[in-house]
Amino acid sequence: MLKTEELQINIGPQHPSTHGVFRMIVTVDGETITDLKPVFGYLHRNHEQIAEQNTYLQNMPYTDRLDYFNSMANNQAYAMAVEQLVGIEVPERAEYLRVMMVELTRILNHAGALGFLINDMGMWQTQLAFGMREREKILDLFESASGARLMCNYFRFGGVVRDLPPDFIPRLKELLQAMPAFVDELERLLRENEILMQRAEGIGILPRDLALAYSVSGPVLRGSGIPYDVRKAQPYSVYDRFDFDVPVGTVGDVYDRFLVRIEEMRQSRRILEQVLEQLPDAQGGHINPKARQNVRPPVGDVYARIESPKGELGFYLVSDGSGKPYRYKVRAPSFINLTPLGDMCRGYKVADVVVILGSIDIVMGEVDR
Amino acid sequence: MPLEIVFPMTNEHELQLDLERQGVFLSTVNRFYNWGRRSSIWPMAFGLACCAIEMMAFGLSRYDVARFGAELFRASPRQADLMIVAGTVTKKMAPQVVRLYNQMAEPRYVISMGACATSGGPFRDGYNVLRGIDLLVPVDVYVPGCPPRPEALLHALITLQDQIDRQKLGRVRWYGQGAKPQTTDFPVPTFGAQGLEIDGHLVDPVGGLPLVSSYTAPEFGEMKSGRLEHPEIVRHFPIMDPSVELEHPLKARGMAPEIAADDLKRGEVGNAEA
Amino acid sequence: MPRLDAAELRERMARDLPGAVLEVVPLQVAAAPPHGPQPGAFMTSDTLVAPSRLVEAACYLRDLLGYAYLSDIAVVDYLADDLFELVYRFYHVEGGEGLTLKVRIPRDHPEVPSLTPAWPGANFHEREAFDLYGIVFVGHPFLRRIYMWDEFEGFPMRKDFPKQGDKYIGADE
Repeated sequence: MLKTEELQINIGPQHPSTHGVFRMIVTVDGETITDLKPVFGYLHRNHEQIAEQNTYLQNMPYTDRLDYFNSMANNQAYAMAVEQLVGIEVPERAEYLRVMMVELTRILNHAGALGFLINDMGMWQTQLAFGMREREKILDLFESASGARLMCNYFRFGGVVRDLPPDFIPRLKELLQAMPAFVDELERLLRENEILMQRAEGIGILPRDLALAYSVSGPVLRGSGIPYDVRKAQPYSVYDRFDFDVPVGTVGDVYDRFLVRIEEMRQSRRILEQVLEQLPDAQGGHINPKARQNVRPPVGDVYARIESPKGELGFYLVSDGSGKPYRYKVRAPSFINLTPLGDMCRGYKVADVVVILGSIDIVMGEVDR
Repeated sequence: MPLEIVFPMTNEHELQLDLERQGVFLSTVNRFYNWGRRSSIWPMAFGLACCAIEMMAFGLSRYDVARFGAELFRASPRQADLMIVAGTVTKKMAPQVVRLYNQMAEPRYVISMGACATSGGPFRDGYNVLRGIDLLVPVDVYVPGCPPRPEALLHALITLQDQIDRQKLGRVRWYGQGAKPQTTDFPVPTFGAQGLEIDGHLVDPVGGLPLVSSYTAPEFGEMKSGRLEHPEIVRHFPIMDPSVELEHPLKARGMAPEIAADDLKRGEVGNAEA
Repeated sequence: MPRLDAAELRERMARDLPGAVLEVVPLQVAAAPPHGPQPGAFMTSDTLVAPSRLVEAACYLRDLLGYAYLSDIAVVDYLADDLFELVYRFYHVEGGEGLTLKVRIPRDHPEVPSLTPAWPGANFHEREAFDLYGIVFVGHPFLRRIYMWDEFEGFPMRKDFPKQGDKYIGADE
């Protein structure tokens, strides 16, 4: 037998497939990975420390920049935490608007994530352009509602900052009507592509018990067969009024995570249609008029979590009675989902690393904070 | 120091355009070189943070940077002409950014995209955030915004093309012989106990302001401006200072005046009062 | 869906793990201001566990009660009370409210047993706590800085770490 030596390869931090500034130290034996150590911190911009020097409201735009794909979802988690801490009620219409925005965000995120993943597999930019085309349509909606494409800063304590513009609902309906065709197109691209199946099926398997032990969340957890979704497990906002399914995978490989994301886009569309049905009857304005924005919560702590597109996003706040949070901790889903990366990659080839990493769908702004 | 800025639309250019309209094509070596250079800027596929998402949108079909000849994103710095610093440069990442810049072949250009890359932006007060990439490498075009829209980045690219049009072969640092400043590698900072160091000297400490000045733009000779930002310079932001009495106490808590006024209108009946 | 609240958990743990649950002492949180209204003390309703019994208590939650999903580990630096508090958050995989364990350790000797051997998912949480707060997790297989570089001195998220920024310059004078 040929004797081979182990070799260390450094992937990143500047690498087109690391989704930002992420570095992996990979030990390989020939082409096979024997060990992988992730190295973070290249985007550690001290979110938590800065947040502890800001007032509660000043932190709202900072949360946009955590997971910069899904600024609306971050807004919701933070607004919920502060509302629970202070005891602010949210009017019904505002809750529906929030759910609408976050579900749009989920579609946007998954469209982008699948695009990047297939891009990493070497399909160059075709799929990415597909995903980004849909994304731009949703970003246009966000812009008309909040004024910004990417960093929406749309939520406030007790509601959202302004009501929808008059043409929002028709445009959203149009978008939803065109969406099934897009999702089917995306799925066809997956299911009928031999190269992609070869690179995704049976790669990066995360078994069910290991997924739980690593406390991963979101599509990665559900891809491993655990039907855990915070929207169902601990319903927040108005999610208990909607009828939707939680898709789960069976094997826990890259392909399963793919399929889970595609199905989640369909489910998000279902939720959005129910939102549109129920919205006209929802009472109350877009914001609680009694809610003050310069909150001074009583001494105490709170943890609020939502199902962000990447997984369980939670904010832990400790108040000392002043206008600034004493402790502000983000439970970032991407960060924790990276924990099993080493185990997921072990035994596979070097070329699979980028595919497995892509299937976790990380955003460095959230990982490093 | 008198600054000499030559704008592209001089009489010479107008004459040239006039002749072109008549079917006579004349060019100078300068203009020919610059035309080639400006029409095929290859950016480096190098995203740091949020702005990278907008940079992708700028490259993809809707905003379509291919109209300006800069659609070919290269993953390797050796093949790239333009580094778009898209996002927050942290102190941990700064050495890599300088190294990437050093690896790029001349002529090389830098666009500092967004508030973070330009000055640290909203994260300026972080202990791990570099306060402006121009402390370490010279920047050609700055783009404001957090994040800048893709149109803003397109505008930056057009501005860069204008700057390239103005280049004179005899004066650029990367052409010809003789000692020219900064054609060698830029110093790569190293990690120290207190922050980034260059040659053992602290340049960007944790706490305080940067101890080095920023680079000027390449067209002005690409030198350190020499003006040190001393840590004893007191920068005062009354809105952040709890000891300063503003017109209304709400403002002193760091609120924007219009929000404070809005809050006043709602009165004190809110359930937020602790 | 399991329904177990903190009071019930304390009861059960007092029965099954005698000595593990500690009496909650109210926290002062911030130093009292020289004038103006005094902030109230912080009396947590969560379960406070002795640091030496942490692993035991966590395994009790996982193996006997089924709260197997370790969602979050947060560190809070209570400078005025001279202690660090670690907040461990567990969820049941079938859903429902979570359960929280809290551990208090002195600031000058921040050591706590590591959960990583039992829960691989605690790995990055604990490395982050070590990097930013300097908390030593005894038994952690790879306790190294995760965000900052290795040469960096100090633990930047502690409340007594010098603040950086334009607005703090001249504040000491």
